[in-house]
Amino acid sequence: MQKIKDYFQSLLLWELLKGLRLTGRYLFKRKITVQYPEEKTPQSYRFRGLHALRRYPNGEERCIACKLCEAVCPAVAITIESEERDDGTRRTTRYDIDLTKCIFCGFCEESCPVDSIVETRIYEYHGEKRGDLLMTKQKLLEVGDMAEDQIAEDRAREAMYR
Amino acid sequence: MPEIRNMTMNFGPQHPAAHGVLRLVLEMDGEVIERADPHIGLLHRGTEKLAESKPYNQSIGYMDRLDYVSMMCNEHAYVLAIERLSGVTPPVRARYIRVMFDEITRILNHLMWLGAHGLDIGAMTVFLYCFREREDLMDCYEAVSGTRMHATYYRPGGVYRDLPADMPQYRVTSNRSDREVARLNENRQGSLLDFIESFTERFPACVDEYETLLTDNRIWKQRTVGIGVVAPDRAVELGFTGPMLRGSGVEWDLRKKQPYEVYDKLNFAIPVGVNGDCYDRYLVRIEEMRQSNAIVKQCVDWLRNNPGPVIIDDHKLTPPAREAMKDDMESLIHHFKLFTEGYCVPEGEVYAAVEHPKGEFGIYLVSDGANKPYRLKIRAPGFVHLSAMNEMVKGHMLADVVAVIGTQDIVFGEVDR
Repeated sequence: MQKIKDYFQSLLLWELLKGLRLTGRYLFKRKITVQYPEEKTPQSYRFRGLHALRRYPNGEERCIACKLCEAVCPAVAITIESEERDDGTRRTTRYDIDLTKCIFCGFCEESCPVDSIVETRIYEYHGEKRGDLLMTKQKLLEVGDMAEDQIAEDRAREAMYR
Repeated sequence: MPEIRNMTMNFGPQHPAAHGVLRLVLEMDGEVIERADPHIGLLHRGTEKLAESKPYNQSIGYMDRLDYVSMMCNEHAYVLAIERLSGVTPPVRARYIRVMFDEITRILNHLMWLGAHGLDIGAMTVFLYCFREREDLMDCYEAVSGTRMHATYYRPGGVYRDLPADMPQYRVTSNRSDREVARLNENRQGSLLDFIESFTERFPACVDEYETLLTDNRIWKQRTVGIGVVAPDRAVELGFTGPMLRGSGVEWDLRKKQPYEVYDKLNFAIPVGVNGDCYDRYLVRIEEMRQSNAIVKQCVDWLRNNPGPVIIDDHKLTPPAREAMKDDMESLIHHFKLFTEGYCVPEGEVYAAVEHPKGEFGIYLVSDGANKPYRLKIRAPGFVHLSAMNEMVKGHMLADVVAVIGTQDIVFGEVDR
Protein backbone atom coordinates (compact mmCIF):
# COMPACT_ATOMS: atom_id res chain seq x y z
CA MET A 1 0.00 0.00 0.00
CA GLN A 2 2.73 2.42 1.04
CA LYS A 3 4.58 1.56 -2.13
CA ILE A 4 1.65 2.51 -4.32
CA LYS A 5 1.19 5.72 -2.37
CA ASP A 6 4.86 6.59 -2.76
CA TYR A 7 4.70 5.80 -6.46
CA PHE A 8 1.80 8.16 -7.07
CA GLN A 9 3.22 10.88 -4.86
CA SER A 10 6.41 10.66 -6.83
CA LEU A 11 4.61 10.61 -10.16
CA LEU A 12 2.46 13.62 -9.27
CA LEU A 13 5.49 15.69 -8.11
CA TRP A 14 3.91 15.82 -4.68
CA GLU A 15 6.94 17.13 -2.77
CA LEU A 16 7.62 19.78 -5.37
CA LEU A 17 4.02 20.96 -5.13
CA LYS A 18 4.34 21.13 -1.36
CA GLY A 19 7.39 23.36 -1.77
CA LEU A 20 5.56 25.48 -4.29
CA ARG A 21 2.65 25.86 -1.92
CA LEU A 22 5.05 27.20 0.71
CA THR A 23 6.70 29.72 -1.58
CA GLY A 24 3.28 30.59 -3.01
CA ARG A 25 2.01 31.46 0.43
CA TYR A 26 4.94 33.80 0.93
CA LEU A 27 4.16 35.46 -2.39
CA PHE A 28 0.95 36.80 -0.91
CA LYS A 29 2.20 37.39 2.61
CA ARG A 30 3.11 40.79 3.98
CA LYS A 31 6.65 41.66 2.95
CA ILE A 32 9.34 41.99 5.54
CA THR A 33 11.82 43.84 3.34
CA VAL A 34 13.15 46.99 4.97
CA GLN A 35 13.30 49.79 2.42
CA TYR A 36 16.71 51.30 3.11
CA PRO A 37 17.46 54.23 3.26
CA GLU A 38 13.90 55.37 3.96
CA GLU A 39 13.63 52.85 6.76
CA LYS A 40 16.38 51.28 8.77
CA THR A 41 16.68 48.21 10.91
CA PRO A 42 16.82 48.78 14.65
CA GLN A 43 20.23 49.69 15.93
CA SER A 44 21.58 48.71 19.31
CA TYR A 45 22.72 51.48 21.63
CA ARG A 46 25.88 49.47 22.09
CA PHE A 47 26.63 49.84 18.38
CA ARG A 48 30.27 50.38 17.50
CA GLY A 49 30.59 52.59 14.47
CA LEU A 50 32.52 55.70 13.50
CA HIS A 51 34.78 57.08 16.20
CA ALA A 52 34.39 60.45 17.85
CA LEU A 53 36.22 62.57 20.40
CA ARG A 54 33.99 64.16 23.00
CA ARG A 55 34.09 67.45 24.86
CA TYR A 56 32.97 68.43 28.32
CA PRO A 57 29.79 70.55 28.46
CA ASN A 58 31.95 73.69 28.80
CA GLY A 59 33.55 73.00 25.43
CA GLU A 60 36.86 71.71 26.74
CA GLU A 61 38.05 68.57 25.01
CA ARG A 62 38.06 65.52 27.25
CA CYS A 63 41.17 63.81 25.95
CA ILE A 64 44.15 64.13 28.26
CA ALA A 65 46.57 62.24 26.01
CA CYS A 66 47.06 59.33 28.40
CA LYS A 67 47.56 57.15 25.31
CA LEU A 68 45.77 54.15 26.75
CA CYS A 69 43.78 53.77 23.54
CA GLU A 70 46.97 53.91 21.53
CA ALA A 71 48.44 51.17 23.70
CA VAL A 72 45.42 48.90 23.66
CA CYS A 73 44.55 49.21 19.97
CA PRO A 74 45.10 45.70 18.50
CA ALA A 75 45.40 47.05 14.97
CA VAL A 76 47.73 49.93 15.90
CA ALA A 77 45.33 52.31 14.20
CA ILE A 78 45.69 55.18 16.67
CA THR A 79 48.56 57.67 16.71
CA ILE A 80 48.82 60.30 19.41
CA GLU A 81 51.25 63.11 20.03
CA SER A 82 50.92 65.36 23.02
CA GLU A 83 52.24 68.57 24.48
CA GLU A 84 51.68 70.70 27.53
CA ARG A 85 49.30 73.51 26.72
CA ASP A 86 49.85 77.12 27.85
CA ASP A 87 47.52 76.67 30.82
CA GLY A 88 49.63 73.74 32.03
CA THR A 89 47.23 70.96 31.02
CA ARG A 90 48.25 67.97 28.98
CA ARG A 91 46.55 67.79 25.58
CA THR A 92 46.98 66.03 22.29
CA THR A 93 48.50 67.87 19.38
CA ARG A 94 47.76 64.97 17.09
CA TYR A 95 45.12 62.28 17.38
CA ASP A 96 44.77 60.14 14.27
CA ILE A 97 42.66 57.06 13.77
CA ASP A 98 43.23 55.19 10.55
CA LEU A 99 39.79 53.77 9.81
CA THR A 100 41.20 51.46 7.18
CA LYS A 101 43.23 49.73 9.89
CA CYS A 102 40.62 49.86 12.64
CA ILE A 103 38.86 46.58 13.43
CA PHE A 104 36.10 48.22 15.50
CA CYS A 105 36.71 46.08 18.57
CA GLY A 106 35.75 48.88 20.93
CA PHE A 107 38.83 48.54 23.14
CA CYS A 108 39.70 52.25 22.77
CA GLU A 109 36.38 53.24 24.22
CA GLU A 110 36.67 50.59 26.92
CA SER A 111 40.09 51.84 27.94
CA CYS A 112 39.43 55.59 27.90
CA PRO A 113 39.44 56.80 31.51
CA VAL A 114 37.72 60.11 30.68
CA ASP A 115 35.12 58.80 28.17
CA SER A 116 36.73 60.85 25.45
CA ILE A 117 37.16 58.47 22.54
CA VAL A 118 33.88 56.73 21.77
CA GLU A 119 32.44 54.67 18.98
CA THR A 120 29.23 56.26 17.80
CA ARG A 121 26.26 54.75 16.04
CA ILE A 122 27.25 56.36 12.74
CA TYR A 123 27.91 53.73 10.11
CA GLU A 124 27.04 55.49 6.88
CA TYR A 125 30.29 57.21 5.99
CA HIS A 126 32.64 56.91 3.11
CA GLY A 127 35.84 58.26 1.68
CA GLU A 128 36.27 59.52 -1.84
CA LYS A 129 39.97 60.12 -1.97
CA ARG A 130 43.00 58.90 -0.13
CA GLY A 131 43.14 60.28 3.37
CA ASP A 132 39.41 60.65 3.75
CA LEU A 133 39.32 57.67 6.07
CA LEU A 134 42.21 58.91 8.16
CA MET A 135 40.37 60.58 11.00
CA THR A 136 42.34 63.49 12.38
CA LYS A 137 41.70 65.12 15.73
CA GLN A 138 39.75 67.88 14.01
CA LYS A 139 37.46 65.45 12.20
CA LEU A 140 36.94 63.32 15.30
CA LEU A 141 35.97 66.34 17.39
CA GLU A 142 33.54 67.42 14.67
CA VAL A 143 31.87 64.00 14.72
CA GLY A 144 31.72 64.28 18.51
CA ASP A 145 30.11 67.71 18.41
CA MET A 146 27.59 66.56 15.83
CA ALA A 147 26.53 63.39 17.62
CA GLU A 148 27.02 64.42 21.25
CA ASP A 149 23.34 64.08 22.22
CA GLN A 150 23.12 60.53 20.95
CA ILE A 151 26.51 59.61 22.41
CA ALA A 152 25.59 60.94 25.85
CA GLU A 153 22.23 59.19 25.79
CA ASP A 154 23.76 55.85 24.83
CA ARG A 155 26.50 56.08 27.48
CA ALA A 156 23.95 56.94 30.14
CA ARG A 157 21.89 53.85 29.25
CA GLU A 158 25.01 51.71 29.18
CA ALA A 159 26.48 53.03 32.45
CA MET A 160 24.95 50.29 34.61
CA TYR A 161 26.50 47.51 32.53
CA ARG A 162 30.07 48.74 32.34
CA MET B 1 46.17 9.92 -33.74
CA PRO B 2 46.52 12.47 -30.93
CA GLU B 3 47.16 11.16 -27.46
CA ILE B 4 44.19 11.31 -25.08
CA ARG B 5 45.17 13.15 -21.92
CA ASN B 6 43.40 14.20 -18.79
CA MET B 7 42.35 17.78 -18.69
CA THR B 8 43.50 19.97 -15.83
CA MET B 9 40.99 22.52 -14.77
CA ASN B 10 41.05 25.39 -12.33
CA PHE B 11 38.05 25.73 -10.05
CA GLY B 12 38.04 29.08 -8.29
CA PRO B 13 39.26 31.20 -6.60
CA GLN B 14 36.67 33.42 -8.24
CA HIS B 15 34.02 30.72 -8.62
CA PRO B 16 30.97 31.74 -6.57
CA ALA B 17 30.58 28.19 -5.25
CA ALA B 18 34.18 28.13 -4.04
CA HIS B 19 33.02 29.77 -0.80
CA GLY B 20 35.50 32.54 -0.77
CA VAL B 21 38.97 31.85 -2.01
CA LEU B 22 39.34 28.15 -2.63
CA ARG B 23 41.37 27.25 -5.66
CA LEU B 24 40.94 23.66 -6.73
CA VAL B 25 43.07 22.19 -9.45
CA LEU B 26 41.02 19.38 -10.91
CA GLU B 27 42.33 16.64 -13.10
CA MET B 28 39.43 15.56 -15.22
CA ASP B 29 38.72 12.55 -17.31
CA GLY B 30 35.85 13.89 -19.33
CA GLU B 31 33.47 15.08 -16.68
CA VAL B 32 34.75 12.74 -14.01
CA ILE B 33 37.22 13.96 -11.40
CA GLU B 34 40.45 12.01 -11.27
CA ARG B 35 42.18 14.15 -8.68
CA ALA B 36 41.36 17.31 -6.80
CA ASP B 37 44.14 19.42 -5.42
CA PRO B 38 43.06 22.26 -3.14
CA HIS B 39 45.36 25.27 -3.15
CA ILE B 40 44.92 27.31 -0.02
CA GLY B 41 46.52 30.33 1.54
CA LEU B 42 44.82 33.11 -0.38
CA LEU B 43 43.27 34.45 2.81
CA HIS B 44 46.31 33.93 5.03
CA ARG B 45 46.60 36.75 7.53
CA GLY B 46 49.05 35.27 9.98
CA THR B 47 46.70 35.25 12.94
CA GLU B 48 48.86 32.80 14.88
CA LYS B 49 51.97 34.93 14.49
CA LEU B 50 50.03 38.11 15.10
CA ALA B 51 48.82 36.78 18.44
CA GLU B 52 52.42 36.32 19.56
CA SER B 53 53.01 40.04 19.35
CA LYS B 54 50.04 41.30 21.36
CA PRO B 55 48.85 41.07 24.95
CA TYR B 56 46.33 38.25 25.37
CA ASN B 57 43.16 40.31 25.32
CA GLN B 58 44.00 42.12 22.13
CA SER B 59 43.77 38.94 20.08
CA ILE B 60 40.15 38.23 21.00
CA GLY B 61 38.96 40.38 18.14
CA TYR B 62 41.14 38.49 15.70
CA MET B 63 39.57 35.18 16.75
CA ASP B 64 36.21 36.45 15.45
CA ARG B 65 37.77 36.83 12.08
CA LEU B 66 38.98 33.24 11.81
CA ASP B 67 35.76 31.51 11.02
CA TYR B 68 33.76 34.59 10.24
CA VAL B 69 30.38 32.86 10.28
CA SER B 70 30.71 31.47 13.79
CA MET B 71 32.41 34.31 15.56
CA MET B 72 31.74 33.80 19.23
CA CYS B 73 32.65 30.09 19.18
CA ASN B 74 36.17 30.98 18.06
CA GLU B 75 36.47 33.51 20.86
CA HIS B 76 35.24 30.85 23.22
CA ALA B 77 38.08 28.44 22.50
CA TYR B 78 40.60 31.25 22.92
CA VAL B 79 39.32 32.55 26.23
CA LEU B 80 38.88 28.98 27.46
CA ALA B 81 42.56 28.31 26.79
CA ILE B 82 43.60 31.43 28.73
CA GLU B 83 41.25 30.58 31.58
CA ARG B 84 42.52 27.01 31.87
CA LEU B 85 46.10 28.17 31.95
CA SER B 86 45.47 30.89 34.52
CA GLY B 87 43.20 28.61 36.51
CA VAL B 88 40.18 30.88 36.72
CA THR B 89 36.54 29.89 36.47
CA PRO B 90 34.04 32.44 35.21
CA PRO B 91 30.78 33.01 37.11
CA VAL B 92 27.94 30.61 36.29
CA ARG B 93 25.89 33.33 34.62
CA ALA B 94 28.76 34.10 32.27
CA ARG B 95 29.02 30.42 31.42
CA TYR B 96 25.33 30.25 30.58
CA ILE B 97 25.58 33.39 28.46
CA ARG B 98 28.50 31.86 26.61
CA VAL B 99 26.67 28.61 26.00
CA MET B 100 23.61 30.50 24.83
CA PHE B 101 25.61 32.55 22.38
CA ASP B 102 27.58 29.49 21.25
CA GLU B 103 24.30 27.86 20.31
CA ILE B 104 22.98 31.03 18.69
CA THR B 105 26.21 31.02 16.73
CA ARG B 106 25.66 27.40 15.76
CA ILE B 107 22.25 28.27 14.38
CA LEU B 108 23.75 31.29 12.61
CA ASN B 109 26.42 29.11 11.06
CA HIS B 110 24.09 26.32 10.01
CA LEU B 111 21.64 28.81 8.51
CA MET B 112 24.44 30.36 6.51
CA TRP B 113 25.59 26.88 5.49
CA LEU B 114 22.12 25.74 4.51
CA GLY B 115 21.46 28.86 2.48
CA ALA B 116 24.78 28.78 0.68
CA HIS B 117 24.71 25.02 0.14
CA GLY B 118 21.20 25.27 -1.27
CA LEU B 119 22.18 28.12 -3.51
CA ASP B 120 25.19 26.19 -4.81
CA ILE B 121 23.05 23.22 -5.74
CA GLY B 122 20.28 25.33 -7.20
CA ALA B 123 17.77 26.03 -4.44
CA MET B 124 17.41 29.79 -4.37
CA THR B 125 14.45 30.23 -2.05
CA VAL B 126 15.83 28.56 1.03
CA PHE B 127 18.73 31.02 0.98
CA LEU B 128 16.35 33.93 1.37
CA TYR B 129 14.43 32.23 4.17
CA CYS B 130 17.64 31.40 6.04
CA PHE B 131 18.83 34.95 5.89
CA ARG B 132 15.52 36.16 7.24
CA GLU B 133 16.13 34.18 10.44
CA ARG B 134 19.80 35.11 10.53
CA GLU B 135 18.79 38.73 10.71
CA ASP B 136 17.12 38.20 14.09
CA LEU B 137 20.15 36.39 15.46
CA MET B 138 22.42 39.12 14.15
CA ASP B 139 20.25 41.55 16.11
CA CYS B 140 20.97 39.49 19.23
CA TYR B 141 24.67 39.78 18.52
CA GLU B 142 24.33 43.50 18.02
CA ALA B 143 22.23 44.03 21.12
CA VAL B 144 24.74 42.29 23.32
CA SER B 145 28.07 43.31 21.84
CA GLY B 146 27.46 46.30 19.57
CA THR B 147 28.41 44.61 16.31
CA ARG B 148 26.52 42.23 14.12
CA MET B 149 29.45 39.94 13.44
CA HIS B 150 32.83 40.59 15.03
CA ALA B 151 31.61 40.73 18.57
CA THR B 152 34.75 40.74 20.77
CA TYR B 153 32.35 39.86 23.57
CA TYR B 154 33.92 36.98 25.51
CA ARG B 155 36.71 37.81 27.91
CA PRO B 156 38.93 35.57 30.01
CA GLY B 157 36.95 35.39 33.23
CA GLY B 158 33.50 35.93 31.77
CA VAL B 159 31.89 38.16 29.21
CA TYR B 160 32.25 41.90 28.72
CA ARG B 161 28.77 43.10 29.65
CA ASP B 162 25.51 41.67 30.91
CA LEU B 163 22.58 41.16 28.55
CA PRO B 164 20.71 44.40 27.85
CA ALA B 165 17.34 44.92 29.48
CA ASP B 166 15.73 46.31 26.34
CA MET B 167 15.86 45.75 22.62
CA PRO B 168 16.21 48.48 20.01
CA GLN B 169 13.03 48.99 18.01
CA TYR B 170 11.95 49.89 14.53
CA ARG B 171 11.14 53.56 14.08
CA VAL B 172 8.08 54.96 12.38
CA THR B 173 8.78 56.19 8.87
CA SER B 174 6.70 57.42 5.98
CA ASN B 175 6.98 53.96 4.40
CA ARG B 176 5.06 52.10 7.06
CA SER B 177 2.01 52.86 9.08
CA ASP B 178 2.17 53.03 12.87
CA ARG B 179 0.31 49.75 13.05
CA GLU B 180 2.81 47.97 10.87
CA VAL B 181 5.72 49.30 12.90
CA ALA B 182 3.99 48.20 16.09
CA ARG B 183 3.66 44.73 14.58
CA LEU B 184 7.36 44.65 13.69
CA ASN B 185 8.21 45.72 17.22
CA GLU B 186 5.96 43.16 18.86
CA ASN B 187 8.78 40.88 20.02
CA ARG B 188 11.10 43.78 20.83
CA GLN B 189 9.09 45.13 23.76
CA GLY B 190 10.95 43.27 26.48
CA SER B 191 14.57 42.42 27.15
CA LEU B 192 17.02 40.62 24.91
CA LEU B 193 16.06 37.39 26.65
CA ASP B 194 12.41 37.91 25.70
CA PHE B 195 13.48 38.53 22.13
CA ILE B 196 15.57 35.36 22.05
CA GLU B 197 12.74 33.40 23.61
CA SER B 198 10.30 34.58 20.98
CA PHE B 199 12.83 33.50 18.39
CA THR B 200 13.17 30.02 19.88
CA GLU B 201 9.40 29.65 19.78
CA ARG B 202 9.24 30.70 16.16
CA PHE B 203 12.31 28.93 14.87
CA PRO B 204 11.21 25.23 14.78
CA ALA B 205 8.43 26.20 12.32
CA CYS B 206 11.08 27.92 10.17
CA VAL B 207 13.19 24.76 10.14
CA ASP B 208 10.07 22.87 9.05
CA GLU B 209 9.82 25.28 6.14
CA TYR B 210 13.39 24.60 5.05
CA GLU B 211 12.68 20.91 5.29
CA THR B 212 9.51 21.24 3.22
CA LEU B 213 11.59 22.84 0.52
CA LEU B 214 14.53 20.44 0.63
CA THR B 215 14.25 17.18 2.54
CA ASP B 216 11.94 15.31 0.17
CA ASN B 217 12.73 17.37 -2.89
CA ARG B 218 13.85 15.07 -5.71
CA ILE B 219 16.34 17.55 -7.13
CA TRP B 220 17.94 18.06 -3.72
CA LYS B 221 18.15 14.30 -3.22
CA GLN B 222 19.61 13.70 -6.64
CA ARG B 223 22.32 16.21 -5.90
CA THR B 224 23.18 14.99 -2.39
CA VAL B 225 22.30 11.32 -1.83
CA GLY B 226 25.33 9.10 -2.35
CA ILE B 227 27.67 12.04 -2.98
CA GLY B 228 30.90 12.31 -1.03
CA VAL B 229 30.39 9.17 1.02
CA VAL B 230 32.83 8.76 3.90
CA ALA B 231 32.85 5.54 5.90
CA PRO B 232 32.83 5.94 9.71
CA ASP B 233 36.30 4.43 10.17
CA ARG B 234 37.72 6.54 7.41
CA ALA B 235 36.10 9.68 8.82
CA VAL B 236 37.83 9.06 12.14
CA GLU B 237 41.13 8.33 10.39
CA LEU B 238 40.90 11.56 8.43
CA GLY B 239 40.41 13.52 11.62
CA PHE B 240 36.89 14.64 10.85
CA THR B 241 34.92 16.30 13.63
CA GLY B 242 31.54 17.89 13.99
CA PRO B 243 28.69 17.22 11.57
CA MET B 244 31.15 15.76 9.05
CA LEU B 245 31.95 12.96 11.50
CA ARG B 246 28.45 12.61 12.88
CA GLY B 247 27.06 12.41 9.36
CA SER B 248 29.08 9.22 8.96
CA GLY B 249 27.43 7.76 12.04
CA VAL B 250 30.11 8.31 14.67
CA GLU B 251 28.56 9.72 17.80
CA TRP B 252 31.18 12.23 18.83
CA ASP B 253 30.45 15.64 20.25
CA LEU B 254 32.73 17.52 22.61
CA ARG B 255 29.70 19.01 24.32
CA LYS B 256 28.81 15.50 25.52
CA LYS B 257 32.17 13.73 25.56
CA GLN B 258 34.24 16.43 27.23
CA PRO B 259 31.63 18.84 28.61
CA TYR B 260 32.89 22.37 29.04
CA GLU B 261 31.04 25.32 30.58
CA VAL B 262 27.55 24.16 31.54
CA TYR B 263 26.77 21.67 28.80
CA ASP B 264 26.57 18.84 31.33
CA LYS B 265 23.59 20.57 32.95
CA LEU B 266 21.68 20.96 29.72
CA ASN B 267 19.43 18.54 27.98
CA PHE B 268 20.09 17.85 24.33
CA ALA B 269 20.77 15.03 21.91
CA ILE B 270 23.45 14.42 19.30
CA PRO B 271 22.05 13.56 15.89
CA VAL B 272 24.05 11.07 13.82
CA GLY B 273 23.75 10.03 10.20
CA VAL B 274 23.82 6.57 8.68
CA ASN B 275 25.28 6.65 5.19
CA GLY B 276 27.86 9.41 5.51
CA ASP B 277 26.83 11.17 2.32
CA CYS B 278 25.95 14.82 1.72
CA TYR B 279 22.29 14.16 2.39
CA ASP B 280 22.94 12.66 5.82
CA ARG B 281 25.16 15.54 6.78
CA TYR B 282 22.37 17.85 5.72
CA LEU B 283 19.94 16.00 7.97
CA VAL B 284 22.41 16.07 10.86
CA ARG B 285 22.85 19.82 10.60
CA ILE B 286 19.12 20.41 10.35
CA GLU B 287 18.58 18.40 13.52
CA GLU B 288 21.46 20.23 15.20
CA MET B 289 19.65 23.49 14.58
CA ARG B 290 16.62 22.11 16.40
CA GLN B 291 18.77 20.86 19.27
CA SER B 292 20.61 24.18 19.52
CA ASN B 293 17.28 25.92 19.62
CA ALA B 294 16.29 23.76 22.58
CA ILE B 295 19.58 24.56 24.35
CA VAL B 296 19.07 28.28 23.80
CA LYS B 297 15.61 27.97 25.31
CA GLN B 298 16.99 26.23 28.41
CA CYS B 299 19.66 28.92 28.80
CA VAL B 300 17.07 31.68 28.48
CA ASP B 301 15.01 30.11 31.25
CA TRP B 302 18.01 29.82 33.52
CA LEU B 303 19.36 33.29 32.81
CA ARG B 304 16.00 34.89 33.45
CA ASN B 305 15.89 33.51 37.00
CA ASN B 306 19.53 33.88 37.98
CA PRO B 307 20.94 37.39 37.87
CA GLY B 308 24.50 37.85 39.00
CA PRO B 309 27.96 38.88 37.94
CA VAL B 310 29.06 38.05 34.42
CA ILE B 311 32.80 38.47 34.91
CA ILE B 312 35.12 37.58 37.75
CA ASP B 313 36.07 40.22 40.25
CA ASP B 314 39.81 39.74 39.97
CA HIS B 315 41.32 42.98 38.78
CA LYS B 316 44.59 41.36 37.89
CA LEU B 317 42.71 39.78 34.99
CA THR B 318 39.63 41.86 34.33
CA PRO B 319 39.29 45.63 34.49
CA PRO B 320 37.35 47.15 37.40
CA ALA B 321 33.93 48.72 36.87
CA ARG B 322 34.07 52.17 35.34
CA GLU B 323 32.59 53.83 38.37
CA ALA B 324 35.21 52.30 40.65
CA MET B 325 37.92 53.22 38.18
CA LYS B 326 36.94 56.88 38.37
CA ASP B 327 36.60 56.93 42.15
CA ASP B 328 39.48 55.04 43.49
CA MET B 329 43.19 55.14 42.83
CA GLU B 330 43.81 51.41 43.13
CA SER B 331 41.16 50.63 40.52
CA LEU B 332 42.57 53.28 38.23
CA ILE B 333 45.99 51.72 38.48
CA HIS B 334 44.53 48.30 37.72
CA HIS B 335 42.74 49.82 34.76
CA PHE B 336 45.92 51.36 33.39
CA LYS B 337 47.96 48.24 34.01
CA LEU B 338 45.43 46.02 32.28
CA PHE B 339 45.03 48.18 29.21
CA THR B 340 48.71 48.77 28.67
CA GLU B 341 50.56 45.72 29.90
CA GLY B 342 47.66 43.28 30.08
CA TYR B 343 48.08 40.31 32.38
CA CYS B 344 50.62 37.56 32.57
CA VAL B 345 49.58 33.97 32.14
CA PRO B 346 51.52 31.34 34.11
CA GLU B 347 54.11 29.35 32.27
CA GLY B 348 52.80 26.19 30.67
CA GLU B 349 50.84 24.86 27.78
CA VAL B 350 47.21 24.03 27.28
CA TYR B 351 44.87 22.78 24.61
CA ALA B 352 41.30 24.01 24.79
CA ALA B 353 38.76 22.81 22.28
CA VAL B 354 35.12 23.64 21.80
CA GLU B 355 32.47 22.02 19.69
CA HIS B 356 32.39 24.64 17.02
CA PRO B 357 29.53 24.50 14.47
CA LYS B 358 32.00 23.01 11.99
CA GLY B 359 33.73 20.58 14.29
CA GLU B 360 36.42 20.66 16.93
CA PHE B 361 37.93 24.11 17.09
CA GLY B 362 40.96 24.09 19.33
CA ILE B 363 43.50 26.57 20.59
CA TYR B 364 46.87 25.23 21.66
CA LEU B 365 48.52 27.86 23.77
CA VAL B 366 52.09 27.90 25.04
CA SER B 367 52.93 30.55 27.58
CA ASP B 368 56.37 31.46 28.86
CA GLY B 369 54.90 33.52 31.65
CA ALA B 370 54.79 36.76 29.71
CA ASN B 371 51.82 38.95 28.87
CA LYS B 372 51.57 37.58 25.35
CA PRO B 373 51.43 34.02 24.06
CA TYR B 374 54.73 32.34 23.30
CA ARG B 375 53.00 30.30 20.64
CA LEU B 376 49.41 29.96 19.58
CA LYS B 377 48.24 27.14 17.36
CA ILE B 378 44.78 27.12 15.93
CA ARG B 379 43.20 23.77 15.17
CA ALA B 380 40.65 24.62 12.50
CA PRO B 381 38.12 21.92 11.61
CA GLY B 382 37.74 23.26 8.07
CA PHE B 383 41.41 22.63 7.32
CA VAL B 384 41.11 18.95 8.17
CA HIS B 385 37.92 18.56 6.19
CA LEU B 386 39.40 20.28 3.17
CA SER B 387 42.35 17.87 3.21
CA ALA B 388 39.87 15.09 2.51
CA MET B 389 38.56 16.88 -0.55
CA ASN B 390 40.49 14.67 -2.98
CA GLU B 391 39.15 11.51 -1.42
CA MET B 392 35.59 12.77 -1.30
CA VAL B 393 35.29 13.96 -4.88
CA LYS B 394 37.32 11.27 -6.65
CA GLY B 395 35.16 9.55 -9.22
CA HIS B 396 32.35 12.08 -8.97
CA MET B 397 31.20 14.51 -11.63
CA LEU B 398 32.37 18.10 -11.81
CA ALA B 399 29.02 19.40 -10.53
CA ASP B 400 29.37 17.24 -7.42
CA VAL B 401 32.50 19.14 -6.38
CA VAL B 402 30.19 22.03 -5.57
CA ALA B 403 28.01 19.78 -3.42
CA VAL B 404 31.06 18.45 -1.57
CA ILE B 405 32.48 21.92 -0.92
CA GLY B 406 29.08 22.89 0.38
CA THR B 407 28.73 19.88 2.63
CA GLN B 408 32.19 20.36 4.12
CA ASP B 409 31.08 23.81 5.24
CA ILE B 410 34.52 25.28 4.86
CA VAL B 411 35.26 28.91 5.57
CA PHE B 412 38.58 30.22 4.45
CA GLY B 413 39.09 32.54 7.36
CA GLU B 414 39.90 29.53 9.50
CA VAL B 415 41.49 27.30 6.85
CA ASP B 416 44.05 29.92 5.88
CA ARG B 417 44.04 31.71 9.25
